Amino acid sequence: MKLTLKIWRQKNAASKGSMQTYPIDGIDGDMSFLEMLDVLNTELIEKGEEPVVFDHDCREGICGACSLQINGEPHGPDRLVTTCQLHMRKFNDGDTIVIEPFRAKAFPVIKDLMVDRSAFDRIQQAGGYISVNTSGNTIDANAIPIEKEDADEAFNAATCIGCGACVAACKNASAMLFTSAKVSQYALLPQGRVEATRRVLNMVEQMDKEGFGNCTNTGACEVECPKGISLENIARMNREYLSASLKG
Amino acid sequence: MSLESILPKGPLADKWTKHKNEINLVNPANKRNIDVIVVGTGLAGGSAAATLAELGYNVKTFCYQDSPRRAHSIAAQGGINAAKNYQGDGDSTYRLFYDTIKGGDYRSREENVYRLAEVSANIIDQCVAQGVPFAREYGGLLDNRSFGGVLVSRTFYAKGQTGQQLLLGAYSAMNRQINRGKIKSYNRHEMLDLVVVDGKARGIIARDLISGEIERHSAHAVVIATGGYGNVFFLSTNAMGSNVTAAWKIHKRGAHFANPCYTQIHPTCIPVSGDHQSKLTLMSESLRNDGRIWVPKKMEDAVAIREGKKKPTDLSEEERDYYLERRYPSFGNLVPRDVASRAAKERCDAGFGVNKTGEAVYLDFSSAIMRYGKEQAAIQHIENPSQDAIRELGEKVIENKYGNLFQMYEKIVDENPYKTPMMIYPAVHYTMGGIWVDYNLQTTIPGCYAAGEANFSDHGANRLGASALMQGLADGYFVLPYTIGDYLANDIRTGAISTDLPEFEAAEKNVRGQLEKLINNNGTKSVDHFHKRLGKIMWNKVGMARNEKGLTEAISEIKTLREEFYKEVRVPGEMNEMNPELEKAMRVADFLELGELFAKDALHRNESCGGHFREEYQTEEGEALRDDENFMYVAAWEYKGEPSDAVLHKEHLEYENIEVKTRSYK
Repeated sequence: MKLTLKIWRQKNAASKGSMQTYPIDGIDGDMSFLEMLDVLNTELIEKGEEPVVFDHDCREGICGACSLQINGEPHGPDRLVTTCQLHMRKFNDGDTIVIEPFRAKAFPVIKDLMVDRSAFDRIQQAGGYISVNTSGNTIDANAIPIEKEDADEAFNAATCIGCGACVAACKNASAMLFTSAKVSQYALLPQGRVEATRRVLNMVEQMDKEGFGNCTNTGACEVECPKGISLENIARMNREYLSASLKG
Repeated sequence: MSLESILPKGPLADKWTKHKNEINLVNPANKRNIDVIVVGTGLAGGSAAATLAELGYNVKTFCYQDSPRRAHSIAAQGGINAAKNYQGDGDSTYRLFYDTIKGGDYRSREENVYRLAEVSANIIDQCVAQGVPFAREYGGLLDNRSFGGVLVSRTFYAKGQTGQQLLLGAYSAMNRQINRGKIKSYNRHEMLDLVVVDGKARGIIARDLISGEIERHSAHAVVIATGGYGNVFFLSTNAMGSNVTAAWKIHKRGAHFANPCYTQIHPTCIPVSGDHQSKLTLMSESLRNDGRIWVPKKMEDAVAIREGKKKPTDLSEEERDYYLERRYPSFGNLVPRDVASRAAKERCDAGFGVNKTGEAVYLDFSSAIMRYGKEQAAIQHIENPSQDAIRELGEKVIENKYGNLFQMYEKIVDENPYKTPMMIYPAVHYTMGGIWVDYNLQTTIPGCYAAGEANFSDHGANRLGASALMQGLADGYFVLPYTIGDYLANDIRTGAISTDLPEFEAAEKNVRGQLEKLINNNGTKSVDHFHKRLGKIMWNKVGMARNEKGLTEAISEIKTLREEFYKEVRVPGEMNEMNPELEKAMRVADFLELGELFAKDALHRNESCGGHFREEYQTEEGEALRDDENFMYVAAWEYKGEPSDAVLHKEHLEYENIEVKTRSYK
């Protein structure tokens, strides 16, 4: 495959970026999108140019490091995959592919396609945990039976990989899907109910502080989420938030 | 330096308790004056950092990723073992201990393994209390499944994302401490040297990967929990950034490196598809609960399949060779990883491989799909269901159990594994070898500890499935936070360590020197160019089957490649900016040294055991042939400059509670 890549290049957070065009040839359908960028980078290095910087690590869709806005969509045109699992067979010979970083005020660009998502960590630090000591002196794991449906739903919410696609997809750059996934996981489990009030208030407060926008129920986040995190989590968080505010 | 493993005396079952009762403690008020650095935030590092902070120490964590949540523990799929005996199938602490020692081919320490088995049950309690959503049965209790090398169901799991859920648990425990100000987390930071003052580990030199700034960080103790070194093979199931750098740097400062040749080649990975490939993807061992592994019985069928003239589904039961079931009737498809990998290689080398390259075997779910389908039809009272209806019901069950793995497979290979068998082949996955540690997890440098995959301690020559998560969390939650107190008790009056000490200055200078050397090198070839070549040498000569000739060649080829690397590598960009190529170059430079030590270790071990298979040492049936008389020891290598000059120290292994036998899964 022969392709034309239009890639956002930006030296660092302080400098201004721009789109650059790179032709590329010899791309195989079995390559992943990031392996295609590896090919480009090897060519750039051998030509004495600077390679394109992007975040990536596990390359199997679970660490959440990779990002990229590909032709206007976070993680590209395929559904339920991260960029590292997107394969070039989804593109056609001769295509032009536009590659940008995830765009959001709360995700400043570090370099080229790499952005700073530490705002997500700070939201988790504000309450994304159950306050038990890790010493091991706790009750037996089977002491509290949990309905399979609740356990499964908590698990589904917990599969969020924190990649930020929801934010990049949202016209308001809202982090509601991300935040609500954590709030839901614990809200659905008896262990998490104990601190539910404090948790949702603190996490939402931090989310607002980071500069993420509000949710207007468009649902783009759910469509683009590589892990299929459901919009129901946002509804659940809203309910939790309302009742927590009333208890206040 | 001699190896003092400080193993407690007395009956095996009492050793850990006795040891905990006898070691020094640091009182809570004093803990506030003690700083601990934890490098790596995976299961071992994340859990250790959280627990140390909770106990009252001031903790600094370091990870190269942008968040602790992205450490590669996150990619572990299948599950975590614990001797809970919830299934009532005869499991016990002793049985988990026994299985682990046997699985490790009698090359691990009894004391460490027993402790691991003992604390395993607590891990599950702890994780459930943290809100880790393990799979449950309809009655609301926890579900279990089986993994290779054992005859009980003791594996707890969260679909195919157990590592993710456990890591997010440890990350949440860390977050709680970060919020309390007890952990300061340095993300996008890479440790590039250890600072040793008066023979004790007192800090690290780290590079801020965003600004490129070189930083000095001091502490009273340093914990290395940076995982394994499988990426020395270039292609492995490790993350792209997984590296040996922190472990190698402490090795160069005096920590012995143990059993580097013990590497786990995992039997069920997606086969290599081409030269562009940057990494390999694992298909969880849990799939072997329901998948049956086979190749065609007849050579002409294998050839026809490779040429695309036949499909696997065209072959009848009689035309298939379920070679694991044939060779190992009692464990069948659930033999340990080393055995399953070698058996796959044996069939493919004999010409029965089923993909274009001839390096793939089938993992087939059709029997399981039909079996579950029939069961579901009965449960749902469907009378006389058609074959299609049964198949559909069965596929749903399989989807519930392994849905994400099947989806991952389909995305990569572009084939539907519900309809046609998966193709799999062994790939580098885990390294049992690592930094030598004593019973307290302390390395040969006082004050420097190693936990999780980074150390060598628990898995011997082969790790059983679902035991890596167990070991990481055991070390981090339950072992290290207590044993480190024994050392830190002597530091309560030390006070803060200054980073102005000459040792910090010297270490920083050393790091700057290495970075400058690489960045100013006017070569022409990319870092990956060298990494790929190193990987090829490792895979072909130090991989699944090794022999004296190949290993001798590998040693000299790696040495030559290392010299070429320093002459020819090109690292673009600057030192004082975000520069992933520079990061990679530093890591590959260390792999180029480790690789040689790895081959040297494999060459010296004139026996086959676990993941270390020397072609010269095998039984008539092609099984590993140990030499207990001469090699029942841990090989701990001391750094002396060049890898070829490394000095061997032996820690002899003694088995008092288990009879050393030839490992058999027949």
